[in-house]
Amino acid sequence: MKVQDHAQAAAQFIKDEERTDWHDETLWFVRKKRDLAAHGIPEWEQLREWASQIKDHTLSNLSHYLESFEQKAIANGIRVHWAADGEEHNRIVHQIIADHDLKRIVKSKSMLTEECHLNEYLIQKGISVVDTDLGERIVQLRKEAPSHIVLPAIHLKKQDVSDTFHDFLDTEKGNNDPQYLTEAARQHLRDYFIASELAITGVNFAIAETGGFVVCTNEGNADMGAHKADVHIACMGIEKIIPKAEHLGVFLRLLARSATGQPVTTYSSHFHRPREGQEMHLVIVDNGRTRQLGRADFRNSLKCIRCAACFNTCPVYRRSGGHSYHTAVAGPIGSILNPNLDMKANADLPFASTLCGSCSNVCPVKIDIHEQLYKWRQVIVQAGYAPVSKKLGMEGMAAVLSSPALYHFSGKMGRTTLKYAPFLVNNGFNPWYKQRDMPAPPAESFGEWYQKNRS
Amino acid sequence: MKVALFIPCYVDQFYPKAAIATLELLEKFGLDVSYPKNQTCCGQPMANSGFEHLTKGCNSLFVENFSGYDYVVCPSGSCVMHIKDHLHIEENEEAAQDIRNKVYELTEFLVDVLKIEKLEASFPYKVGLHQSCHGQRGLKLSQMTELVAEPFSKPGHLLSMVKGLELVELDRKDECCGFGGTFCVTEEAVSVKMGKDRVLDHERNGAEYITAGDLSCLMHMEGILKRRGSKVKIIHIAEILNHHLS
Repeated sequence: MKVQDHAQAAAQFIKDEERTDWHDETLWFVRKKRDLAAHGIPEWEQLREWASQIKDHTLSNLSHYLESFEQKAIANGIRVHWAADGEEHNRIVHQIIADHDLKRIVKSKSMLTEECHLNEYLIQKGISVVDTDLGERIVQLRKEAPSHIVLPAIHLKKQDVSDTFHDFLDTEKGNNDPQYLTEAARQHLRDYFIASELAITGVNFAIAETGGFVVCTNEGNADMGAHKADVHIACMGIEKIIPKAEHLGVFLRLLARSATGQPVTTYSSHFHRPREGQEMHLVIVDNGRTRQLGRADFRNSLKCIRCAACFNTCPVYRRSGGHSYHTAVAGPIGSILNPNLDMKANADLPFASTLCGSCSNVCPVKIDIHEQLYKWRQVIVQAGYAPVSKKLGMEGMAAVLSSPALYHFSGKMGRTTLKYAPFLVNNGFNPWYKQRDMPAPPAESFGEWYQKNRS
Repeated sequence: MKVALFIPCYVDQFYPKAAIATLELLEKFGLDVSYPKNQTCCGQPMANSGFEHLTKGCNSLFVENFSGYDYVVCPSGSCVMHIKDHLHIEENEEAAQDIRNKVYELTEFLVDVLKIEKLEASFPYKVGLHQSCHGQRGLKLSQMTELVAEPFSKPGHLLSMVKGLELVELDRKDECCGFGGTFCVTEEAVSVKMGKDRVLDHERNGAEYITAGDLSCLMHMEGILKRRGSKVKIIHIAEILNHHLS
């Protein structure tokens, strides 16, 4: 349930200005690392173009590639399930768990399972899942949602983690040493890896020609979970498909450089078939993706490889925090994906942007994110989800600006007001004036000056 | 060469000096410049707020005012980008298309069309150049830090011809100031925080003036500078390029 819209939640976030500055600087540092990594590769822009074209091609032939992927995967011994929506995805995962009656379940990072609210669903069924990505584990202990798709606990500082670990892992109070805290997390998670009976992972790339899939992590937690478990369930959206294994040479080079500035993720693990005695399941999920594929203006948002470069570069995201987007996938890409999932609940998101365009420039698969934000705004207003006050204001503005006479009259009135009765404008009801002065009203407009001096 | 001067509504009303500087600058190059007097606004405030369907009146008025010139020149990257991307008229698409092709932001007009290599201007101050996003990323007036590509800057090129002007290096060369049209009031907190951070970058690096090709960014930053009691002033790039030591 949504309590606050983006603007309200962001205003709340910014109240702690020191923390906002820290959040901004931390993510800007990641953006700079990304720049350094990208500039290290002369063919960077060519790679982006290739990635974009491969994804465009795949999306145009999606049913073909999904079917050939399924055939190969089944031939490899993987059990393939199809889920139309999040609910069906959760039901399938629960059914597999229930069939085996397994209790010790670990999960590595999967934004899809966040999108489907799998953890909450399983808790209702009396099943608890341990998130093994460090950042995800931290937010899970705090009963929070991830605030970033690559850096889930980026909204937290060392001391927050120290307090959380003190409460849940019994670490020393006030010990903020990152090495000490990481070691505590290692020991804590190791117990779960060793005991793991069932592992849930995400999928970064599913390869149509081989029926295998690739999972990228920096912590190796997907591997540790999956290698020990008797059952491995991998969950993927239908857009994760790429046609050939050789295309990984494009995507793996782009993914980590865009995400964190690393040349490649520490672990890029290729799963092709269950090991002997293991069961491997793959749940392929639509959940609104085919609807998005049918929206000509928005279909290419499905090219996203979830690197979060658009988060890190976004000046609004850096200063408002991921939770202000009230969805599993925040940031600019989330703002063009989420209105497709629920237009009314997410009507605020495409407006949480200045349309600066930096997101589109860093996107490794060249999604025109800022142009889609503009287009979503039109769709949302047409669908009637704009506030009435805004609608009336815009209609008034359009009437004035469509008429030179009204425009000249209003301009003069406005300037006269600012000059002789500034208190009518400079007050708490004017959001501009709260933290900014109004421009000083000039004696005459340019139009008036021109009339006197040139004609 | 017949040039129509397109002055954005808020520049007309609040910053006539920048418009006068633009006019005088173009006249110096011997152009036949006129200001169609019934112009109002490009329609961007409505369009960016999701109300593009309400811009039909503005579009017709724009085409009425600006047809029949060799070029339409405007001291704002943002308004030019809006016209280039969104000026459409169902019943007269040809005229709209013609204007979309002829509309230029001031600095790109000076660099790409007039190919200016010399300016009689002096401005002996330390100046921070703010890249407006629509000018930079929209019209590609300067190279963008996100891309792996050769650097260039049309406004930077022009400023380098101004005597005495010292351009200061910024920590973040091309971060958005947070104005964003109606964003500046609907997302007031984020908008102001972005503006503050931008202004601090210029202050920290010793700028006495912040200049840009877009007064919307400058108006927003000026509001913050004034409220903070800062000594740093804003000035539109046309005023610098037209500036003489008297």
